[in-house]
Amino acid sequence: MTMETAVPERSQDTDAVSRVLRRVPWTFVVLVFACAVPWIGSRYDTFLGEQIAIDALFAVSLNLLLGTTGLVSFGHVAYFGVGAYVCGILMKTYDLPFVVAFPAAGLGTALFALVSGYFCVRLIKLYFAMLTLAFSQIIWAIAYKWNDVTGGDNGLPEVPFPNLDWMNSIPGLDSLKTSEQFYLLAVFLIAVSLAILHRIVRSPFGRVLTTIRDNPERAAFIGVNVRLYQLAAFVVAGTFAGLAGALYGIFSRGVFADYVFWSKSAEVMIMTILGGMDYFWGPPVGALALVWLNQAITDYTEYWPFVLGTILLVLLFVFPGGIVGGLDLLWNRLRRLRRA
Amino acid sequence: MAPSFLFSQFMGGLTTAMFLFLIASGLSLVFGIMRVINFAHGSFYMLGAYLAWQGVEWVHPTGAGFWIAALFAATGVGVLGAVVERLFFRQLYGREELYQLLFTYALVLILGDVAKFIWGTGQLSVSTPPVLAGSIQVFGTTQPIYNLFMMTIGPAIAFFGWLVLNRTGVGRLIRAAQMDREMLDALGANVGTIYTGMFVFSAFLAGLSGALVTPIQSIVPGMDVLIIVQAFIVVVIGGMGSVWGTFWGSVIYGEVLSFGILIFPGFSLFSVFALMAVILIVRPWGLFGRPL
Repeated sequence: MTMETAVPERSQDTDAVSRVLRRVPWTFVVLVFACAVPWIGSRYDTFLGEQIAIDALFAVSLNLLLGTTGLVSFGHVAYFGVGAYVCGILMKTYDLPFVVAFPAAGLGTALFALVSGYFCVRLIKLYFAMLTLAFSQIIWAIAYKWNDVTGGDNGLPEVPFPNLDWMNSIPGLDSLKTSEQFYLLAVFLIAVSLAILHRIVRSPFGRVLTTIRDNPERAAFIGVNVRLYQLAAFVVAGTFAGLAGALYGIFSRGVFADYVFWSKSAEVMIMTILGGMDYFWGPPVGALALVWLNQAITDYTEYWPFVLGTILLVLLFVFPGGIVGGLDLLWNRLRRLRRA
Repeated sequence: MAPSFLFSQFMGGLTTAMFLFLIASGLSLVFGIMRVINFAHGSFYMLGAYLAWQGVEWVHPTGAGFWIAALFAATGVGVLGAVVERLFFRQLYGREELYQLLFTYALVLILGDVAKFIWGTGQLSVSTPPVLAGSIQVFGTTQPIYNLFMMTIGPAIAFFGWLVLNRTGVGRLIRAAQMDREMLDALGANVGTIYTGMFVFSAFLAGLSGALVTPIQSIVPGMDVLIIVQAFIVVVIGGMGSVWGTFWGSVIYGEVLSFGILIFPGFSLFSVFALMAVILIVRPWGLFGRPL
């Protein structure tokens, strides 16, 4: 966001560089690259790519609360989990097609977010965080114990892939494996979801959310129904987390109670902050960095949580703006140096 | 249902409650004064358990050195708490609660791995100190003496905590810091020292409870994240920052869990989380707390 603030009187050369950089449609480049992964990369790259894409959507949905609205939700994983379970149960237990199960997952999560959010937004700050944590643990307890529906301790293994036979009739896609075809479908759905979320954040509605974050009293004073707006943000964020969860259940070929445990909420929060929660594209950068780091580091050591904790400490004490925030700062400094 | 069966359920719940009370009281204390949820409290508890095991190994592997080991564990964790507060936490006091939450979570990640690195991933256990081994018959039920010991130590600590907070000069300063930090600072009290002291004392309690739990529970990695959620529930039910609130919160938690199993088997976990949610909705400051 701060990247867009115009700086008057730029020197000629940096102006040219930044103009060229700005002309590049970055989101489009990234999307094309993501779609090309099954052809240019290995199966493992596709696997990582899908993980990153799903985590990116999950983290961006959290950031709608965290960065845009200023609500510290410590139970965002509940909505991810509800989406994963609804989609998984419908597809595995009831044999319903993906075109039904996926929207149903979004709808189910939206309903749950509406009910839980109704209570959550009534509380301030830490109490809000605790109630979201409580709801996520309720979902965890249900997932862990309701054997007949969720599979309890054993989870729901072998959630089927959707029927993607129609992709075989498209030239170029017929040579891909089912998992790679599903990757393309997931990337498409995530891209659409991110576009919608981007639209929401930049809409007047999104601006009001930011106003509420900066000063809830003043927002109320100018006639904004603060709780209603917060609830709306909560439902939107929950719904997209649910959609990310639905894709994740199919991608990881099963839904397990571990997905909903409270520490997962902290992980997605770290992702969001690592990328930079003041920027729309911060959380996806955080997802990319964290998934990539995770696989690079687990090759050397099993102590990934230790590394993650250390990254978090550095982030909190040295770079509170995250990766994108740090780059933004660096970019602005360079520009000022050149100008001087 | 036979009365003796109900009684043994009740005693089971009370044992759970008193263990949780030891842990949750420290969490509640830190929240009450610093307005911070300390996720690392569970890690302090876990380190207390590991250090107690280590102490017993060093002093007397048959378990006779249990009390020395427990004191060693609690002190060790207290020192760790001092280091954490002085070096890191102090810098975050003015920042948003998100950063404070995440800082304590970073500690959870780091301390969990440190424990794994030092003590491995296997189960460890400590035998009950000989003085408290064995059990006695109460109303036709068998009660291990160690559990009865825990049940007396819980109320004792609650009473001691209440006494210090309400009847001493230090307690008055602590309560003042709870109400208005800046004002107390302006009046010339050393608020920084009070904060460090409270944090260290809370870490000490966590370490002590970790040490005392070892005779009846095996020590495993992951016990930190499991216990912290339970301690939260207790503190939320009773009211953050209130000693007696935490005490009654643990009793309610223990009994709901214990009798919940009879009423809806398999859903007692659900019932305690639901209880936490209901309390937060109806009375966010808990049954015995005061609104912020």
